[in-house]
Amino acid sequence: MANYNLRINEKNYEVDVEDDTPLLWVLRDHLGLVGTKYSCGIAQCGACTVHINGEATFSCTLPISSVGNDKVTTIEGLSEEGDHPVQKAWDEVDVAQCGYCQAGQIMNAASFLKKNPKPTLEEIDNAMNRNLCRCGTYHKIREAVALAAKIK
Amino acid sequence: MANITKTNRRDFLKLAAAATGGLFIGFYWSGCDSPKMQVLSTEEILSKATDFNSFLSITPDGDIVIYSPNPELGQNIKTSFPMVVAEELDADWSRVRVLQANLDTEKYERQLTGGSGAMPHSWERLRKAGATARHLLIAAAATRLEVDRNSLTTEKGIIYHKDSGKKLGYGDVVLDAAQLEAPDEVLFKDPKDFKIIGTPVKNVDNEDIFTGKPLFGLDFYREGMLHAMVQRPPFGMKIKSVDDASVRAIPGIQDVFVYENNVAIVGNSTWPLMKAKRRLNVSYEPDGEVESSFDHDRIFKELLDSKDARAMREDGDVDAAFKNAAKIVTSEYQCPFLSHSPMEPMNFFAHVKEDQVELIGPTQTPDAARMQTADLLGIPKENISVEITRLGGGFGRRLRADYVLEAVEISKRMNAPVKVTWSREDDMTGGAYRPAVRYRFSAALDDAGNMIGYKLRGVGMNAGNAVRQDNFPSGAVDNLLIENINYASSITTNAWRAPITNFLAYAEQSFLDEVALESQKDPVQFRLELLEKAKNSPVGSVNYDVDRMIGVIKDVAEKSNWGKDSKVKQGFSVYFSHRSYVAQVANIEMENNQPVLKKIIASTDCGIVVNPTGANHQVRGGIVDGMGHAMYGNLTFENGLPKQKNFDSYRLIRMKEVPEVEVHYLDSGFDPTGLGEPALPPTGGAIANAIFAATERRLRSQPFVEQKEFSDLNLEIKRG
Repeated sequence: MANYNLRINEKNYEVDVEDDTPLLWVLRDHLGLVGTKYSCGIAQCGACTVHINGEATFSCTLPISSVGNDKVTTIEGLSEEGDHPVQKAWDEVDVAQCGYCQAGQIMNAASFLKKNPKPTLEEIDNAMNRNLCRCGTYHKIREAVALAAKIK
Repeated sequence: MANITKTNRRDFLKLAAAATGGLFIGFYWSGCDSPKMQVLSTEEILSKATDFNSFLSITPDGDIVIYSPNPELGQNIKTSFPMVVAEELDADWSRVRVLQANLDTEKYERQLTGGSGAMPHSWERLRKAGATARHLLIAAAATRLEVDRNSLTTEKGIIYHKDSGKKLGYGDVVLDAAQLEAPDEVLFKDPKDFKIIGTPVKNVDNEDIFTGKPLFGLDFYREGMLHAMVQRPPFGMKIKSVDDASVRAIPGIQDVFVYENNVAIVGNSTWPLMKAKRRLNVSYEPDGEVESSFDHDRIFKELLDSKDARAMREDGDVDAAFKNAAKIVTSEYQCPFLSHSPMEPMNFFAHVKEDQVELIGPTQTPDAARMQTADLLGIPKENISVEITRLGGGFGRRLRADYVLEAVEISKRMNAPVKVTWSREDDMTGGAYRPAVRYRFSAALDDAGNMIGYKLRGVGMNAGNAVRQDNFPSGAVDNLLIENINYASSITTNAWRAPITNFLAYAEQSFLDEVALESQKDPVQFRLELLEKAKNSPVGSVNYDVDRMIGVIKDVAEKSNWGKDSKVKQGFSVYFSHRSYVAQVANIEMENNQPVLKKIIASTDCGIVVNPTGANHQVRGGIVDGMGHAMYGNLTFENGLPKQKNFDSYRLIRMKEVPEVEVHYLDSGFDPTGLGEPALPPTGGAIANAIFAATERRLRSQPFVEQKEFSDLNLEIKRG
């Protein structure tokens, strides 16, 4: 066990966990930030996507020991009022079915749009291909990412 | 015209008011006969939610709370049920708050998610709930304003008296309304006057979903709660020995114990359990049949030739028809086992306290979870409460309560609140699956290409009845034999979205395409001729409405421009399931000599569309799901264990693999039927038939990508 000082959603946290504990489980089990989801645990589905210094990252395979001073953003901290353009677009398009994968989808989309504010549809598909949605909301995800780019 | 519906006295709770609260109107959907009087503030309602059945509550401020009883797993029931209540109430939707009800079998009926059956079951009950409340609110307003109730109209939660210009909000009269007797009958709205039904109302949980609020079972935590994971045996095996020494040394692990054929590991957080599962050393030995996929292939072939099949339906003289046939077409189709793989793995919270049990989590059948818990512990079911969280998908997997009982067992043993979590690997290897099935179809054609005989034999691995003997084309063929053989496998199976029909529809619709080709008939025309026969000179009884099936076929043919553009290679499919009718056409275009799947067009008759957004989700999602599993889904076994254990080897469809999907609905005016499942079954057939039209390759097994006929096709999938 070791102490880690973390910077998450612009707040400081201190946790005492094993070095190899993935950031995902630190967020969920130790800090009560359950918006970041567990689904595969092997960086295949994207449900656990968070931002590390703004970059979309799978938190399920990221050991806490490698987070260091990096700034972590989770779905809870994407915006204060839930009004990030991607969140607004997700509501406007009414993307969710079961909703379980959507936090990861939103985090991936937000990071992608920051780097590529005016993407083509093909670029959207390429970027979002790393996130699985078992309900098959892919058409709406594409529509919402395109809309978010417009309302930015 | 608006229609009057009888309100059975037993349908309603009496109404009452109290100084501090608003109106509580409860509805005994189950026909339970003990009127209760309850008036509660919203806070009280929230704090005492388990006390009640389905109801709507109106506060003096005009806020409306509607409880949704059925588990929400993405089928949008938590939005569409309250829409129906609010419609007949003439509520202002922006003032409606929706809450998930807990399990209460005294007060609710059919509080489950399965079979696409919630809306057809509850449609009239929901309408009554809203219409009765509206009736009482109007009556109270009429008294208050001293006018005839027929001179009052309602809109968005306001009662208007046109002549005097006076108006009252529902909240203004709610306390008076609560004193009135519920009427014996109420008037339903004419569907043409619907203002909420038929509009794209957003998912009521959107904000919570998009900001990461705890909604799902896995998000449930409680102070002092222990975490647990379970190591389950391969199918057909039992534990020989367990070496847990290295596991107990892991920090955070509290206990390891064997129960039945499982090893339970208990700790104070999830990660140590995941590590422990990897280190745990369990030896197994056979305890019955230990099966591999090649065993299933062999068993399928043996049973298809066996003499011991159960005839499910027999019309005419099949032997004579095949003896006299000018041509006989025979084909076999096979599908593998599939994992349900909802994005949220199985999990449940249980707290066993002496003879009381608290259950919280994602389940499609909260009552089954409760009953099985009662049986396991030998306590009355009344001592068990079940709180239903949002489900991160289900697809039928959460109709089983196996994972609930694990939480109960471990909580009892640990004498503490426990959440059991399945890893993805547990979820994929721990059963229950869509059964593997193989079909043999035969058609007898006369000289003119008419189908005079039809035979289907299904063999399934723990599939129960693998055929649907009263579905199309039954009723349309004079000589018909439908047979079934169930093989008792050691591999557990379970309903998987559109059980049986998720594969049968593809096999049948692909086979009928083969028969149409041999008959030298257009595939759409071929089906329409059969349906004409089923309509004009039906053979036996059938469970589908011939006209509605014809309706979707003609609609999709028109919308897809069927057969009009020689550059577009099209595949057709139609299927009736779960009371709804869906026809689909897949379009493939050749680009640089390469087939490109561009579009799937669907026409659906599910009666009245309650929420177009929700309906589009279900039809598009069903098509994406049907396509993904037809193309890629494959769970194979080796010595009782699935070879695919996670999404790196078990392939699910992704963003770049979906074509454009165009959806249409027929305005048939029927009461709404389910949509969670019916769009899935036709998709595989439409795609396979389009692939044949484009390449003359017939795909008779799933997943397509693993068939040799597919290997050099270079099929591309592209959206515009």
